[in-house]
Amino acid sequence: MTPLLSIENLRVTFPTAKGPVDVVKGISFDLGRERLGIVGESGSGKSMTGRAILRLIRPPGKVTADRMDFAGLPLLRQSEREMRAIRGARISMVMQDPKFSLNPVMTVGAQMAEALRVHTKLNRAEVAARILTMLDAVRINDPERVVKLYPHEVSGGMGQRIMIAMMLIPEPDLLIADEPTSALDVSVQAQVLDIIDEQIRSKGMGLLLISHDLNLVSRYCDRIMVMSAGEVVETCAARDLAQARHPYTQGLLAAMPRLGETRSTLPVLDRADWAGT
Amino acid sequence: MIAISLNDVSISYGETKIVHNFTLDVAQGESFALVGESGSGKTTVLRAIAGLTPSWTGEITLLGKKRGHSIDSHSVRDCQMVFQDPYGSLHPRMTVDAVLTEPLVIHGIKDRPARVEAMLHAVGLDTRFRFRFPHQLSGGQRQRVAIARALMLDAKVLLLDEPTSALDVSIQAEILNLLKRLQKEQGLTYLMVTHNMPVVSFLCDRLAVMQHGRIVEVADVTQLQDGDFKTPYARELYAASGGAPFEARQTP
Repeated sequence: MTPLLSIENLRVTFPTAKGPVDVVKGISFDLGRERLGIVGESGSGKSMTGRAILRLIRPPGKVTADRMDFAGLPLLRQSEREMRAIRGARISMVMQDPKFSLNPVMTVGAQMAEALRVHTKLNRAEVAARILTMLDAVRINDPERVVKLYPHEVSGGMGQRIMIAMMLIPEPDLLIADEPTSALDVSVQAQVLDIIDEQIRSKGMGLLLISHDLNLVSRYCDRIMVMSAGEVVETCAARDLAQARHPYTQGLLAAMPRLGETRSTLPVLDRADWAGT
Repeated sequence: MIAISLNDVSISYGETKIVHNFTLDVAQGESFALVGESGSGKTTVLRAIAGLTPSWTGEITLLGKKRGHSIDSHSVRDCQMVFQDPYGSLHPRMTVDAVLTEPLVIHGIKDRPARVEAMLHAVGLDTRFRFRFPHQLSGGQRQRVAIARALMLDAKVLLLDEPTSALDVSIQAEILNLLKRLQKEQGLTYLMVTHNMPVVSFLCDRLAVMQHGRIVEVADVTQLQDGDFKTPYARELYAASGGAPFEARQTP
């Protein structure tokens, strides 16, 4: 079986005054219908990887790859028009902050309907019915009321669930979630991730979960890729994270305070240890 | 001695009452955490203590002195606040030196350059950072400057509003270690607002769980470490941040 997404030697470059800088330095991975987590600190290139897959990196940024195939389609050779048919319909992306990613002047129902109208040929009643079922699936009570609300009238957790509903409604094959919960409360975080998880499993989709939170990724993914300074330093199964080999991964794990904390100081990542930047 | 004492404090923004009949004592040298979801009024309590939210009723006592409703020169010497976002809380056009010197100028304290250098050293910043602007610093370095600024007037009480939530884990560890060391060296009292239970477990002695502007439960850190809460809401919060697969694991 061919993987859903197959990437070889992906490179994202930005020009600077000091010459071009590679923010993603030739990474390769395959993603099937599974849950893959990308973890790294700020500036590790994890979000750039997610955006490069959807070809959302604007010039002067440049994306090159020996291969970047999505279900057999070479993504880098699609025209802008063909990409638009893929974005949203087949690969969709949940962004970090619902406050900035929902359209403030459209009601929730109107923006969800837009996604369906663009990608499918359903009549108005069918669209409305699909929206209500989807909102119900992301556990929004009283969806009839919520479709008429504007984004500022809903809470952060609810906004993020609406985002997820909107991204899943065209039934994509791959969902890219870029820090989907870092703007949310701890108690709501688990809820939102459970919903993503449930939808991914029931529809048999692929998930690329991008986050800086090792704990969270290990809980919700099958495999984990640890990135640092544009490179993949380690790939492992989520359950084997505690046995991570690479000093960078080990450093990250140790630096996190735990619930039953007994250490009087936290070990600090010594970047010289693994010859990083 | 009691460092921060709130007695029946209610805080409102306009017509809306945010915090209801809040009573809390924090001992000197103690590190106390307020946890709870967004909108539960945690930050509002800190802002009232710092004098940034003047519309409160009740009684706030800082180190034995009653605090008025506005900012006054005594209370700012006792009590300072460190904000969540080091990218937003430092003036973009003031150098580190200017930020740290300003409180000394306002309070007419002499010996400024030496004090600034000593403070930079205390928060673990090299003196070469002294004349830099915030945009030339990383997030962790900025948060160190923000902590240094709060300590410039020898404040004994620090109000910490999610001091590490905008930082990467490895930088978070550095800042938490710094806060712990400063507390030991200078006998500081911390009142910290956070979402992060593991951070509470590392830094704090006691915590109060807040919901809808009220304290639901006060627990000490051993209770937190055992997950031994009495109220269902506190247990729910614990479960949301716990249940982590790391919990049972030991350091390699």
